[in-house]
Amino acid sequence: MKYLGIEPKRPKVGVFDFTGCEGCELQLANKEETVPAFLQAIEVVDFREISSTSSDDYEVALIEGAITRDDEIRRLKEIRKHAKLLVALGSCACFGGVNRLKNGYDLDAVNQEVYGTEPKETLPTQAVKEVVSVDLEIPGCPVDKAEVERIVQHLIWDVPYQFPAYPVCFECKQRYTTCVFELGQLCLGPIARGGCHAPCPAGGSGCWGCRGPAADPNLEEFLQIAKDRGFKKREIKERLSFYGGFEDMP
Amino acid sequence: MKVDLNIDLHHLTRVEGHGNIHVQVKDGKIKQARWDVVETPRYFEVMLKGKHYTSAGILTARICGICSIGHCLASLRATEQAFGINITNKAAQLRLLAKHGETLQSHILHLFFLAAPDFLKVPSAIPLLDSHPDIVAAGLRLKALGNRICEVVGGRATHPVSLLVGGVARMPEGLDDLQYDLESAQDDLAAAAELFGTFDIPEFQRETEFVSLKGEEEYPWIGGRLVSSDGVDKAEHEYTVMTNEEVVENNTSKWCKLSRESFAVGALARFNNNHHLLHPQALEVATGLGLKPVCHNPFMNNVAQLVECVHVVHDAMRLVDALQGSDSEPTLVPVTPKAGEGISAVEVPRGILYHHYRYDEKGYITKANCVIPTTQNNANIHHTLRDLVAANAREGMTSEQLELLCSMLVRAYDPCVSCSVH
Repeated sequence: MKYLGIEPKRPKVGVFDFTGCEGCELQLANKEETVPAFLQAIEVVDFREISSTSSDDYEVALIEGAITRDDEIRRLKEIRKHAKLLVALGSCACFGGVNRLKNGYDLDAVNQEVYGTEPKETLPTQAVKEVVSVDLEIPGCPVDKAEVERIVQHLIWDVPYQFPAYPVCFECKQRYTTCVFELGQLCLGPIARGGCHAPCPAGGSGCWGCRGPAADPNLEEFLQIAKDRGFKKREIKERLSFYGGFEDMP
Repeated sequence: MKVDLNIDLHHLTRVEGHGNIHVQVKDGKIKQARWDVVETPRYFEVMLKGKHYTSAGILTARICGICSIGHCLASLRATEQAFGINITNKAAQLRLLAKHGETLQSHILHLFFLAAPDFLKVPSAIPLLDSHPDIVAAGLRLKALGNRICEVVGGRATHPVSLLVGGVARMPEGLDDLQYDLESAQDDLAAAAELFGTFDIPEFQRETEFVSLKGEEEYPWIGGRLVSSDGVDKAEHEYTVMTNEEVVENNTSKWCKLSRESFAVGALARFNNNHHLLHPQALEVATGLGLKPVCHNPFMNNVAQLVECVHVVHDAMRLVDALQGSDSEPTLVPVTPKAGEGISAVEVPRGILYHHYRYDEKGYITKANCVIPTTQNNANIHHTLRDLVAANAREGMTSEQLELLCSMLVRAYDPCVSCSVH
């Protein structure tokens, strides 16, 4: 595949799944019109969900899911040894995702509730970066395939990728979405990282912050707005903790 | 008889989630034949506790990246049952349309990209891009159509954003284009049927109890009575009588049983229990591919999925027609939370799914239970695997051949292993 007469490099990629719904991996097979081109741009050498071929010879490892068990920690560390570039793919890999909600409970009680007297092995949910060093994080629940494609293009041409600094709010304005606050709904759009093109407010659900905080978010002002609009502390806290992306904020 | 066979397959490929196959045959005797689910548990039932009703559908969609719409719909409906809310006819039609999109997307993903490589003797669909470009293109077009339906109605293909408690956020735009695309899909569906007609589907029978929703006037997808091919017939709220979940060793997924040691759910179960309600063209494809009720060959689940693809495309055309001609009925009704309990059964691509919530008077969940299709299938996969090994542990069989056959059996169920552990 040449572009303007130049043969680009075709990175060897492995895709690896940990604790999650495998929806981000599925996005790699979505946006079907460009799937053949995408598969020409990269060489998939290991992708268990869609292929029986496996290999340790990869430059890029895409890690999907959170880390919640000892065997996952061992497997992830092994992958880190082989990968030149390790990418956390999706909110579970970046922040722990919804899996992190479990950490608010006593894990023995959690186990008992689901498995009764025969508990299964589990650890507090960790993001990938809490276990190994991460070179690039692509957040989203799920990730946006168009953004993944853009990042891959940058990777191939050695051009650093810049995530938008602006919040989701900005993209709602761009697409003329009626502000869901005006519809009486809570929305993290003012403080959540944009770049997703704000599908959730446009669809009628408000933003749940799956991409984590925007650059320099004004949390104080956001909390004041939410309070003024009558939203209770409990609702706001539930929303901020949903994907684990706002964990580090005060 | 000197037959020694060994399979030690860690993390089976081309299925959603993590499961292992272990088989050991010594001197013709089966020492072990196991399907073990080793997926990490996520504890969604605990995470749901204390959540506001507006969060439940969004959270439970994350149980599954492939059938997020099915989970969301089961969740919304359980909440609506608890609050005593009736959605409008238009909202029900829109939800069913979104579900059809998901069924198409999910079945096509499985048929073309996870199952077909075995029959075409390649490790994945990637080499088919070169060797069978027309097949891959047809598969991608059909999958794209399924996803487009989900996008138009649900606002996004994976993890929908427009399906809310009380109905659907808005009347979608783009139904005209959808109708055109649905009509154009007929050729690709015919090509898919032709392709599967060339596949050498293993001959293997195992008497099985099949559980599904019971269709009354339409092939069933959302709500209704629960039925088994062994004659059990229960109301939706009696679902635990059908599932009987138990925790087992070596498995992070629970197992289920009803009248026998295990039962099956999914496309083949729906077909076996409701074939008379399929669209005539779907039935024609079934007949053409040798699928007749009651079919006890688990490998034929692949064919049943294809038959359902034909059915949902036709039914989607009917729904789009009805929606285009519909009046100004709202898509969303007001929601007032109240204390109560709600149970909902929905047929998702891999079989019947149950969500069950208890709410306090402010609309916060106090108890939740979700029973996933693959959880219901796992015991059956395990026991069927043992019988498949028994039927094939003969002279001339190699471990590699048996490994492929066992892998194909598990894949035929199209298991959603992450879901089954949730």
